[in-house]
Amino acid sequence: MRYSHSVGASTYRFADLKAVLAKASPARSGDFLAGVAAGSAVERMAARLCLADLPLSVFLNETLIPYETDAVTRLIIDRHDLQAFTEIAHFTVGDFRNWLLLEATDEAALARIALAVTPEMAAAVSKLMRNQDLILVARKCRVITRFRNTLGLPGRLAVRLQPNHPTDDVKGIAAVILDGLLYGSGDAVIGINPASDSLPVLMGLWRMVDDVIQRFNVPTQSCVLTHVTNQIQAIERGAPIDLVFQSIAGTEAANASFGVTLKLLAEARDAALSLGRGTVGDNVMYFETGQGSALSANANFGIDQQTCEARAYAVAREFKPLLVNTVVGFIGPEYLYDGKQIIRAGLEDHFCGKLMGVPLGCDVCYTNHAEADQDDMDNLLTLLGAAGVTYIMGIPGADDIMLNYQSTSFHDALYLRTVLGLRHAPEFEAWLEHRQVTAGGKLRALPTQHGLLRALSDMTQNA
Amino acid sequence: MTPKPPVPVAIEANPWAELKQFTSARIALGRVGSSLPTDEVLRFGLAHAAARDAVHAPLDYAALGRELSAAGFDSYRVHSRAADRPTYLLRPDLGRDLRDDSRALLSSNADRELDTVFVIADGLSAFAITRHALPLLVAVHALLPPTYVMPPVVIVSQGRVAIGDAIGESLRARSVVVLIGERPGLSSPDSLGVYLTYAPKIGRTDAERNCVSNIRPEGLAYPDAARKLSWLLQTALQLRLSGIGLKDQSDLLEYQPHE
Repeated sequence: MRYSHSVGASTYRFADLKAVLAKASPARSGDFLAGVAAGSAVERMAARLCLADLPLSVFLNETLIPYETDAVTRLIIDRHDLQAFTEIAHFTVGDFRNWLLLEATDEAALARIALAVTPEMAAAVSKLMRNQDLILVARKCRVITRFRNTLGLPGRLAVRLQPNHPTDDVKGIAAVILDGLLYGSGDAVIGINPASDSLPVLMGLWRMVDDVIQRFNVPTQSCVLTHVTNQIQAIERGAPIDLVFQSIAGTEAANASFGVTLKLLAEARDAALSLGRGTVGDNVMYFETGQGSALSANANFGIDQQTCEARAYAVAREFKPLLVNTVVGFIGPEYLYDGKQIIRAGLEDHFCGKLMGVPLGCDVCYTNHAEADQDDMDNLLTLLGAAGVTYIMGIPGADDIMLNYQSTSFHDALYLRTVLGLRHAPEFEAWLEHRQVTAGGKLRALPTQHGLLRALSDMTQNA
Repeated sequence: MTPKPPVPVAIEANPWAELKQFTSARIALGRVGSSLPTDEVLRFGLAHAAARDAVHAPLDYAALGRELSAAGFDSYRVHSRAADRPTYLLRPDLGRDLRDDSRALLSSNADRELDTVFVIADGLSAFAITRHALPLLVAVHALLPPTYVMPPVVIVSQGRVAIGDAIGESLRARSVVVLIGERPGLSSPDSLGVYLTYAPKIGRTDAERNCVSNIRPEGLAYPDAARKLSWLLQTALQLRLSGIGLKDQSDLLEYQPHE
């Protein structure tokens, strides 16, 4: 099918549906690198005007990558809820934006249509939305998940405690876990990115975190972010694994570059479920994604990076994850050049994920070769807080000494709680009060003799 | 009226500062309200400034050439197709490719096949090159067999790792070793990385390379890095491969004391 739109005397033609989507995307370096971005500001608007008039059903009839050749396309089409779609089937993309913003379109309405929204529909409507629209609609979406606590409740914000160490030193990691817990962080997950691939090293990490969680009855879950095949192997060897992690992307070929298939992810989920370690729920998966990953694997098939990213959420959705994290500024300036592009991408990803019913959190972050700094992170953090983000990262002083990038800190989470009145996950909140880390939701001044400090400190020394 | 003498604001300190001995992560920072104390905000700002300068500071190629020459190494100076730093950051493809005049220069000097060509590229940290490239080169050279004659080192501006493939191909080298400034972190603005590729040619993937990373006095020290690299290089030439097939054996290094 041919797509076009006339602006004054000029007619802009677009080769296919993915060209309309790509050229309608807000300008970003990765789409220029891929050669799919609009050639001018007016062409970009022409693409948006064209997109606004397309019926939502076009995305069911014209796949961006053929059904026959891509497992993610098959997943999107096969799982589409046609019954639920009847409520929005008559909309154009422009109408869909208007409908999403209506006051009458509330939490219940958005929950009804979540499985009727394909990634392409979510990406398409986001391209017509301003940042405030992305915030307002995402805030209305409610995605609640459970393992040892309850995440995603209104007025709540969780934090992933990320205690990385360049050589996986167990004492160094334990020291950061203690620092984070005493700053009230860690309700989303205590999630370690290991430097090593070695199974014995990884087993040591799982055991140590599990020991902390069990000994002090912390209502949270742990994760060691290694390849899914390592985790399946570790489960077979008796590792105490709460959540299974994997990086995923929006095309079959990009997932292949990560060494995963949908079948492998299903096996991993079954393995984690077999352990039955959740106490209040069985959302056992943790996924990470990020705009640009498909292009960097040479597996974007001419699709813009934001649409590829939304397709990754269809993969995530299939496996009922506890958490999904868009690691938005990690990939570098050739994909997201500066603070403006990173902020926009973070809001888009969060909106698309939530609209599709996925528990999106965001690693609000940047690298030192991007045109961004901590002020940009403050902006994105605050906007995502307003949008009801499920969780953010907590890294001591925002400086990850293993992955060499900057994210958000335990202090940043406190800031966000203070200005927006956001509370911890309820079970974790009760634990912090019980352990006298907080009083009335506020951090207390901890005495040296504080029980948790003493016990955890001993553990660190003896680890 | 006498002005009040300055009284420092009380910072809520964390009574677990002793744990800092286990990690260089920014723990036990203390707080003012829920926020970071001023000294930490400035300390972080300074570290970020150093990392930013590392990315954007231009490498002094003339000085590097002179230092190499003084140490007994001849050099060629070449350019990638990324004309400047902004282009380099936005177009990784251009940073992997040689400018035509550079390719011609190297090709015109490819009168015999070489075992190994050493390449020095600015990458993402000129500081890494300025501080560590020559000392590492000297240390590696000392570990290579006495019969080994070092061909001229190729200094490339605005280069990425894969430009070694184009350089190796142009010079008819059996292997290429690229010394490159790594992406700077807050605590490591000057980290040097080294990539070894056997039979370099355009289109090689990262899986076909071996990497030695985090080379700097506070990370992997020169002698350790040099030992690892010379072992990898000599083994690669012997086995006629690099990358995944070689990676598994590089750990044996620990058990092979070098005389």
